[in-house]
Amino acid sequence: MSDEPLLRVSNLTKYYGSRLGCADVSFELWPGEVLAIVGESGSGKTTLLNTLSANLEPTSGEALYRMRMGEWRNIYELSEAERRFLTRTDWGFVHQNPADGLRMTVSAGANVGERLMAVGDRHYGRIRDTALDWLGRVEIAADRIDDQPRSFSGGMRQRLQIARNLVTGPRLIFMDEPTGGLDVSVQARLLDLLRQLVGELGLSAIVVTHDLAVARLLSHRMMVMKDGHVIEAGLTDRVLDDPREPYTQLLVSSILQV
Amino acid sequence: MNAVANYNFAYLDEQTKRMIRRAILKAVAIPGYQVPFSSREMPMPYGWGTGGVQVTASIIGPDDVLKVIDQGADDTTNAVSIRAFFAKVAQVKTTTHTAEATIIQTRHRIPERKLEAGQILVYQVPIPEPLRFLEPRETETRKMHALEEYGLMHVKLYEDIARHGRIATTYAYPVKVEGRYVMDPSPTPKFDNPKMHRSEALQLFGAGREHRIYAVPPHTEVVSLDFEDHPFTVQHFAEPCALCGAEQVYLDEVILDDRGGHMYVCSDTDHCEERRDAGYVGVMGEAAE
Repeated sequence: MSDEPLLRVSNLTKYYGSRLGCADVSFELWPGEVLAIVGESGSGKTTLLNTLSANLEPTSGEALYRMRMGEWRNIYELSEAERRFLTRTDWGFVHQNPADGLRMTVSAGANVGERLMAVGDRHYGRIRDTALDWLGRVEIAADRIDDQPRSFSGGMRQRLQIARNLVTGPRLIFMDEPTGGLDVSVQARLLDLLRQLVGELGLSAIVVTHDLAVARLLSHRMMVMKDGHVIEAGLTDRVLDDPREPYTQLLVSSILQV
Repeated sequence: MNAVANYNFAYLDEQTKRMIRRAILKAVAIPGYQVPFSSREMPMPYGWGTGGVQVTASIIGPDDVLKVIDQGADDTTNAVSIRAFFAKVAQVKTTTHTAEATIIQTRHRIPERKLEAGQILVYQVPIPEPLRFLEPRETETRKMHALEEYGLMHVKLYEDIARHGRIATTYAYPVKVEGRYVMDPSPTPKFDNPKMHRSEALQLFGAGREHRIYAVPPHTEVVSLDFEDHPFTVQHFAEPCALCGAEQVYLDEVILDDRGGHMYVCSDTDHCEERRDAGYVGVMGEAAE
């Protein structure tokens, strides 16, 4: 791990008019670290994620990101061109519904290759080889490369979306309920895959989930949100094994046991 | 004078022509950029060249000689009616000879004869936005043009190769103008794309329904998009024109009977006639008297 964080967030607040989205969120994210944001529906997790990934403008506060060249930039003060370039090269965003993150009408290969073409790769053979390599890494058979994602199962779509995001070698991935809507065995495989990729590539990730088991498996640290505020943060194992806040205790004790 | 005198010269009123000329000037200043303009209702249906007619009406003068082609031909309905329209409302001289024309309004073709300095080619454009079918949101495509995000255009070409083994787009083949804007050359066959590159003639594009005008000034670089390992190529025809024997020209297939009989003839009728007048004869042609 590097001796400098990748992302420094301070006092991030987002209001929708007079309604609170999230308030006063501050944290640091380190290279290679996976941070989980957990909480119930409406607690502000997705608002926070969308604000962090620059899809939403915050009402106040800032998020400093360490660019590849090492300089610190406030992501809300980047020009639109810089921000869009950052989000499609150095960042990735995995949506809960793969249809939001994929182009459903073009083939799997083109879905993976789009980011490469966007940064100027103009060699068909190379783009295709890279796409094949990435399909293999997310366990999609090579003979599916020319099929459209609409012919894929939910789990395959989600894996394709992950490949599409990782192909440019991003350093930071945002994930919004990456396993939501998948059945448990597919979920388990996807989690395995994510854990392995994150470890191999040294990615940092911010994962929003309401599923504490997902957070336990994937993340190093977690933040618990309630009513737009972060009420508890710490190492994942510490928070889950020894929750301090009454709400966190309630959340942990609400997990269904088989 | 007759009843036609009730019209202003070239049908449009002077204020409208000034507005369109301002749009044309802006388009010429920013090659390939789609300039919005306030398109007028014309006495013809959308899809018949309302954009091209407005551009022609704004630039035409009493001394101009007008040629109108539709798919390369001077004698199809669209070409004949637009030519008659301007002969009536602007009393200009019309011609079918490419070399004589000062303004050529076209739908789908660029004449085979090399255009010269001083000539203006006006295209009728149905859909000016090359990214339209890849990204339906106009707000987003404008942003993509502004920020020069053209990766998506290559996604389409990638799909072509993945599906057909080669770039299967044969018309409306996207081009990059002067290294900046990606432009739809209107539904001309890609065969004509190389003719746009550093052309001596001014090329104006009018899209009436979509309210857009764009331009390629003379001597402007126009490069067809491609991949390094799948370079841009134009169509090739196995046989020459059956009437005039021309090779290296764009041919139309004409069905002759219901037993599979067919012939290939020049799509540019003026080019074909000129060649036959000069004594060239194809396998199915008759020698000119």
